[in-house]
Amino acid sequence: MSAELTRMTAAGLAKAIRSGEASAVEVTQAHLDRIAAVDGQVHAFLHVDTDGAITAARSVDERLAAGEELSPLAGVPLALKDVFTTSDMPTTCGSKILEGWRPPYDATVTRRLREAGVVILGKTNLDEFAMGSSTENSAFGPTRNPWDLARIPGGSGGGSSASLASFQAPLAIGTDTGGSIRQPAAVTGTVGVKPTYGGVSRYGLVACASSLDQGGPCARTVLDAALLHSVIAGHDPMDSTSIDKPVPDVVAAARRGADGDLSGVRVGVVKEFAGEGYQAGVLARFSDAVELLAKLGAEVVEVSCPHFEYALPAYYLILPSEVSSNLARFDAMRYGLRVGDDGVRSAEEVMNLTRGKGFGSEAKRRIMLGTYALSSGYYDAYYGQAQKVRTLVTRDFDAAFEQVDVLVSPTTPTTAFPIGERVDDPLAMYMADLCTIPSNLAGNASASFPCGLADEDGLPVGLHVMAPALADDRLYRIGAAVEQAFASAWGGPLLDRVPELEVA
Amino acid sequence: MSSISRAEAAHLARLARLDLAPDELDHLAGQLDAIADFVAKVSEVAADDIPPTSHALPMTNVFRDDVPRPGLTQEQALDQAPGAEDGRFRVPKILGEEA
Repeated sequence: MSAELTRMTAAGLAKAIRSGEASAVEVTQAHLDRIAAVDGQVHAFLHVDTDGAITAARSVDERLAAGEELSPLAGVPLALKDVFTTSDMPTTCGSKILEGWRPPYDATVTRRLREAGVVILGKTNLDEFAMGSSTENSAFGPTRNPWDLARIPGGSGGGSSASLASFQAPLAIGTDTGGSIRQPAAVTGTVGVKPTYGGVSRYGLVACASSLDQGGPCARTVLDAALLHSVIAGHDPMDSTSIDKPVPDVVAAARRGADGDLSGVRVGVVKEFAGEGYQAGVLARFSDAVELLAKLGAEVVEVSCPHFEYALPAYYLILPSEVSSNLARFDAMRYGLRVGDDGVRSAEEVMNLTRGKGFGSEAKRRIMLGTYALSSGYYDAYYGQAQKVRTLVTRDFDAAFEQVDVLVSPTTPTTAFPIGERVDDPLAMYMADLCTIPSNLAGNASASFPCGLADEDGLPVGLHVMAPALADDRLYRIGAAVEQAFASAWGGPLLDRVPELEVA
Repeated sequence: MSSISRAEAAHLARLARLDLAPDELDHLAGQLDAIADFVAKVSEVAADDIPPTSHALPMTNVFRDDVPRPGLTQEQALDQAPGAEDGRFRVPKILGEEA
């Protein structure tokens, strides 16, 4: 029973808990056992909260026994990216500078999960301060891809994606600044959604680049992602950029999509996201997915977004600029690491030493690049020009969405690459987010759904779907339609084919 | 556009309050130069008459009701501090010997 529980969907687990077929404690214990058995190899978690998870699960069982009406995900376990504050667990952001930090408050996302009775198993690994595409920039060691332990699980949310693909959790939370939910989903054969910017509160989400960061749901199925989306989304007065409008009905959209009928839906294939630099197997699976969309009734056309090729360079000016400002708060004075405080050194010397020791290479690169881009004399040519490109990327989206309902592309140009391959080649690493960055710059909703395995290496490929701002529901309708059609063509979900891990 | 020399990288590290070992600086300077070259591609776009975007969904004057609510207690605020003394943050000296 225990092994079966870890293979179930979140929707299935919630139903089993509600009907009394399994208790929330049994479900949680099954996942804790699975973590103990396989996470030594995968390293998805930085912290596992065994006692807290069991206590939360027991409370759900007691409330259900008392006849209380609980949320649709009550009792279902979840893996939380270690960039959201938790008052009862450390929050490290994958950085030595915050090692062991215990925040005095819960993020809004954390609070909403707890209120919904979702059981938080622990905190997942990430690139330091969510900066990277491989999870190799974590100060606490890389996470491994369950499809091939020698390869990266994507990043920055590689801990979250790997926890799903290794059946350690049925649900996870990610954050997406340039693709950190969608690219990990693509390379692990899981589902990841970046909601419209402002859809999910950033209160208690430790900032990377504030104008781009967005929390969102990660899951193994589209319906599960939708259920989680509706738990965490919605207006929050604690975040001034939070959208004060009703959350789109993503659960209804996922259920509708499962009918498999996309007639009347107009899909645009982004012309610029193909060709050189794209792996053949990625393009082949993407083209299967486009064919499938047409077969399901969608009207497919090619759309040109001429400024998308400038999105990546613009992003690597805007993001580091915001990072250099946001990470200035790590000054060794009020929380976090302090190095060299010997009674002789000044506060400034201690600050310099602490930041030099506490930040990893990628954080340093981005802080210095941002400092450069914001320097007087360079500001207009770099940061100012990048902000204008941001406007042009948004206008490309606006023009495209006059012709089509959604845009599609591959999620990332290649399948999961070997650990170590790009770690000291930042530009090669940045290419992983080529297709996902435009949505962060424009703030619209987008997602990655599994669309098969590449022929040359047998690794998962993601279908990237982009929808207008506030039209997050379209992602779920299309994702669910594609999911059910692929599952019937393949004889089951893609993750049925992930290799079995050795159990410790 | 200008490139990032080792001396410039050292200047940036000082501005950003990052103490870097000499070999680390050598390494980062080369990478920063390559990245600066790459991002300079934004200058190819003719955008003189294009307004800048600073935020994905622009909003102005977002206010909450002006109602007091509990903040952190002194104990909570100091709990994770690298140094605390007499109910305050203890910090290294902020003035040099000369002052």
